[in-house]
Amino acid sequence: MNRLNEIKWTTNVLFNIVFLITSLICIIPVFFVFMISVSSEQSLAEFGYRFIPKYFSGSAYVFLWNEKNMILQALFISVLVTVLGTVIGVFATTTMGYALSRRNFILKGFYTWVVFIPMIFNGGMVASYVVNVNILGLKDSIWALILPLAISPFNIIITKTFFKSTIPDSIIESAKIDGASQFSIFMRIVVPISKPVIATIALFLTFAYWNDWFQSSLYITNSDLISLQALLNNMLKNIQYIANNPTAGLSLQQYKNQMPTESVRMAIAILIVVPIACAYPFFQKYFITGLTIGAVKG
Amino acid sequence: MLKTMLIFDYKRKAGGIKLMKSLNFGWKKQKVKKKWTKEDSELAVLGLPAFIWFALFSYLPMFGLIIAFKNYKIKPGHSFLYSLFMSEWVGFKNFKFFIESNAFYMLLRNTVLYNIVFIILGILIPVTLAIMISLIYSKFKSKVYQTMMFFPHFMSWVVVSYFVYAFLNPDKGLLNLIFVEIGKDPVKWYSSPKYWPYILVFMQVWKTAGYSMVVYLASITGIDGSLYEAAVIDGANKFKQAIYITLPSIKPIVIMMFILNVGKIFYSDFGLFYQVTQRVPNSLYTTVSTFDTYIYNALQSNVAIEKTAAASFFQAVACCITILLANYIVSKIDSDSAII
Repeated sequence: MNRLNEIKWTTNVLFNIVFLITSLICIIPVFFVFMISVSSEQSLAEFGYRFIPKYFSGSAYVFLWNEKNMILQALFISVLVTVLGTVIGVFATTTMGYALSRRNFILKGFYTWVVFIPMIFNGGMVASYVVNVNILGLKDSIWALILPLAISPFNIIITKTFFKSTIPDSIIESAKIDGASQFSIFMRIVVPISKPVIATIALFLTFAYWNDWFQSSLYITNSDLISLQALLNNMLKNIQYIANNPTAGLSLQQYKNQMPTESVRMAIAILIVVPIACAYPFFQKYFITGLTIGAVKG
Repeated sequence: MLKTMLIFDYKRKAGGIKLMKSLNFGWKKQKVKKKWTKEDSELAVLGLPAFIWFALFSYLPMFGLIIAFKNYKIKPGHSFLYSLFMSEWVGFKNFKFFIESNAFYMLLRNTVLYNIVFIILGILIPVTLAIMISLIYSKFKSKVYQTMMFFPHFMSWVVVSYFVYAFLNPDKGLLNLIFVEIGKDPVKWYSSPKYWPYILVFMQVWKTAGYSMVVYLASITGIDGSLYEAAVIDGANKFKQAIYITLPSIKPIVIMMFILNVGKIFYSDFGLFYQVTQRVPNSLYTTVSTFDTYIYNALQSNVAIEKTAAASFFQAVACCITILLANYIVSKIDSDSAII
């Protein structure tokens, strides 16, 4: 093996130690939160949060199981929003990306401006809120969770760049000579050979939807439409109350009745994290593909 | 085969920097007036869903900004649009109100200062890490580190706020347990403003460093290996190679990240400031409030909507100006690195 142009052995060890520590800092909080979620209430009350709890208990997960109607409803909303949103988003993004990638398209200049201007200027949170609630009627609608996140100019540019650089014009020209319309060229030629970029966009969207709590906090009050993230977010409100007023005039009993126990919250956080933690190492390469094609995701 | 083409393409384009530039607006081929063909109609239809989306979710809100210039009063029994148009024009009064309010200076200072620190650290730390990780011997270990460091990117700030809470909880949190163990007084984290600039900066770096490192690493692996071979022959050590080859090679992508982040200098990562601090408690208000938390809180409370819209509009305009300015300055210095 050629070690000619490489760092010194000691430097290598040093770098490895640095990365080992940073890597651990990045994942240890998850492990810690998991340990809290399997601690017994008594252990938490007496000894606080510990990496190795004094007493283990699955009571948090039993509690969640007993509350499974609420949890499953939230899970259902999360999955529904993620799947629908990803499908809609991928469709609208790739079709626009394809239209922009065609050199002779007469509206190319116009569409490019349409996509580009929002990257530089947008109406801001309030104007979007006002329009979405008052004109589009999205308050307390599942579409409020889906539509606003479906498209981003950045994703369109990724797909456009991909189509432009990887699909040979000759294929499309020959299909046109055979009498294919642009729709069938798109569905039957472009989509099958563009799987990597479609996977990338789909993953960006999947994670964006799965992790979204902001849309829900703005638009959703109906408890049937609460997603997992929003559920976790709503539970935070109680903690905030405690944090602001540590000596609020509540009896211990009221306090306990009103709040889910500590370990239950941590268990919900784990429920959200686990699917991601299991899935993403397999999809990481598509992420890297995406962020190197587009160079950056804001 | 396809994938190799793809990889080759990034390498050629130095991490994709030129790709943003490939947004050419069709200026060059206006010479011949083209006829509208069936193909154009079909492509127009393909682009239609996204076009409608942009019309509804990007351009309609821009139009909705006129609310910031109005004294919005709901006219009972009429639609929103009717009320909006019939409300009285007040010119820049709402903006004046926001800019002259007590909060304005504090919000401006917090948002901009936090962002400056984030931008500097967001370049220094990931670039250093990317160079380091590209040098370690084992490619397998490098992949494992990348995977672990990429992980925080996939967490929402709500989940992260629980992670932070596990460490900072005043009674049970790990940090206070350790403080008690070593004989120091426990700290009431969520009501002690002086720690929060550090905590927020740490969390921002924690969440984004791995991701940015991977972006820069992709650019570093695209550098032509023969440059390094030539450097070895000239007697450059690894450190000199990093300074004179690696850094100049990744300069375009670093500048691009820089412009994009400078462009967002009046925006803040809402989740970071809102969730990690447990929804901006009063005791931390002046330390951790940014434009976004201010606007969000105003939106959730009874503050008149046109005043909030003015604050939000101010932020959007300021951002638009900074991104154009940053791009202009970069294009003067190094026209290849500008993004527009």
